Amino acid sequence: MNETSNIRKVIVASSVGTMIEWYDFYIFGMLAKTISTQFFPEGNATAALLSTLAIFAAGFIVRPFGALVFGRLGDLIGRKYTFLLTLVLMGGSTFLIGLVPSYKAIGLAAPLLVLLLRLVQGLALGGEYGGAATYVAEHSPAARRGYYTSWIQTTATLGLFVALGVIMLVKLNMSDASFNAEWGGWRYPFWISILLVAVSVYIRLKMSESPLFSKLKKEGKTSVNPLKESFRNRTNFKMVLLALFGAVMGQGVIWYTGQFYAQNFLETKCNIEFEQSRTIMLWAIAFATPFFLLFGWLSDKIGRKWIMMIGMFLGIVTYRPIFSTFLNNTNVEAWKAESPVANSELWSATNEKTNPETSVVRASRRVTLENGSSFVEERTDGPLFNGNAPSVYKDKHLSGGVYWKFIGLVFLLIFYVTMVYGPIAAFLVEMFPTKIRYTSMSLPYHIGNGVFGGLVPFIGLLLTTTYPADPLVGLWYPIGVATLCLIIGVIYLNNKIDKEVND
Amino acid sequence: MNSLKKYLGIVWLLLGPLVVFFLVSGAISNIDPDGTKDINNPVIWVIIIAIFTPIAIGLMIFGWYALKGEYDKMPQSSRELE
Repeated sequence: MNETSNIRKVIVASSVGTMIEWYDFYIFGMLAKTISTQFFPEGNATAALLSTLAIFAAGFIVRPFGALVFGRLGDLIGRKYTFLLTLVLMGGSTFLIGLVPSYKAIGLAAPLLVLLLRLVQGLALGGEYGGAATYVAEHSPAARRGYYTSWIQTTATLGLFVALGVIMLVKLNMSDASFNAEWGGWRYPFWISILLVAVSVYIRLKMSESPLFSKLKKEGKTSVNPLKESFRNRTNFKMVLLALFGAVMGQGVIWYTGQFYAQNFLETKCNIEFEQSRTIMLWAIAFATPFFLLFGWLSDKIGRKWIMMIGMFLGIVTYRPIFSTFLNNTNVEAWKAESPVANSELWSATNEKTNPETSVVRASRRVTLENGSSFVEERTDGPLFNGNAPSVYKDKHLSGGVYWKFIGLVFLLIFYVTMVYGPIAAFLVEMFPTKIRYTSMSLPYHIGNGVFGGLVPFIGLLLTTTYPADPLVGLWYPIGVATLCLIIGVIYLNNKIDKEVND
Repeated sequence: MNSLKKYLGIVWLLLGPLVVFFLVSGAISNIDPDGTKDINNPVIWVIIIAIFTPIAIGLMIFGWYALKGEYDKMPQSSRELE
């Protein structure tokens, strides 16, 4: 078998599995609303506590913990079997979430089972990435390490793409009632996972162990205690801290802001309709994904550091103008001033009191403008559409020009993600020696992405509540963390490409 | 550059406790049993403070190493870490 064909198989085996793990992890978050009505009903304090733990603990605590558990295992028994195990755990728990009966059927056992399975998902995700990145890097020639490992870097975004696509496909092919029913369509994405995982396990089983790890094992030089050697060896621990604060912390917030905060912002702050907000993300991801490979390739030529730093810098200086454009271009009052109403269709109106002077009217109508944009206008008091009551605008449908402009802006946000994320696997692999590589690179990666990245919505909400006058105040958290990381990265990091990782 | 690395070490040393202070004060002012938002939920704050405290300590250790000049000469290969 020639070298190119071999590395291609290694990349496919690693990337497909990692993409499936991301898919599995995302569908839970994307279906959180339906899942909460099925398993975590409102008004039950215990169910609410379990729901909180399922959402927060899986990302913040269990992912870094998974990095330690599986990182250690990967440095002790090998990369291949460890990331096979994480794949089976992730796929199995995802499939089982789709089989758990609802709270109505089995009571508190339902949220407890879902929490347990969600924690297994977090644990598995914590172990997967380090294994896949290490496995590919240890097969790669030094001059192409950035390019080959950048395939692994596409998987988080492609996992999101597949998750968005599968959920949209299922949802568009049935009514809302069928989708949200107890055994309805929302379970299909979970069941599909088992097929994907079976294929991926089959591919991975046929692969051999990483040549560098095999050599180390043959020579009896593997680590006896990877955790101790990673974190109690001063020289290595110093590099773990530098990887976290000088690279991964900023990468985590740029990644999260581009892929998740943007989508949430379009849906909840701009109130763009479900289908358009999803397709904006899908197009932007499709256009941006090749840039992971471009920046991985470029990092082999010019080094990893400056590509990542420029990506962070661009995020820092353009986040507020970009998100401000999202808000301004979805301002319905401005739309109405620019384009006359073409059609206005009353959907519903209810009069809750009989006295005409004090009557409370709830009314909604779909308004279509001549430029093709439309929106639902809702009022909850005052006489019907006489201009006295404040309106709430929902389900906004963008006109063609604005729609493509938004795709372009989200593309830019994901383009920054490709800059910081494309070269980072090679960067982390080259920082640590083979015998403790899996452990040493996994922990900072999952703290950076799981904790710093995962906190973007929470800190955003905290800032918005504290300073309600500024709708963009939530962006100061990713901007602040990325700035701190940029300063540390620029001053302390080397722009080296380590030719020799056979250590 | 090495002097800058050292002096900035003091900033990182101070930033660690500052982050924990902001998180604890944020928790105190936002936890509300009657609230419905995530920031009113004590469980979330406990998780976040519990996970962020060791990270803040890590930032302080990073600052300490920087102040001591441990980052003045960076390893040129992962072999040097063994």
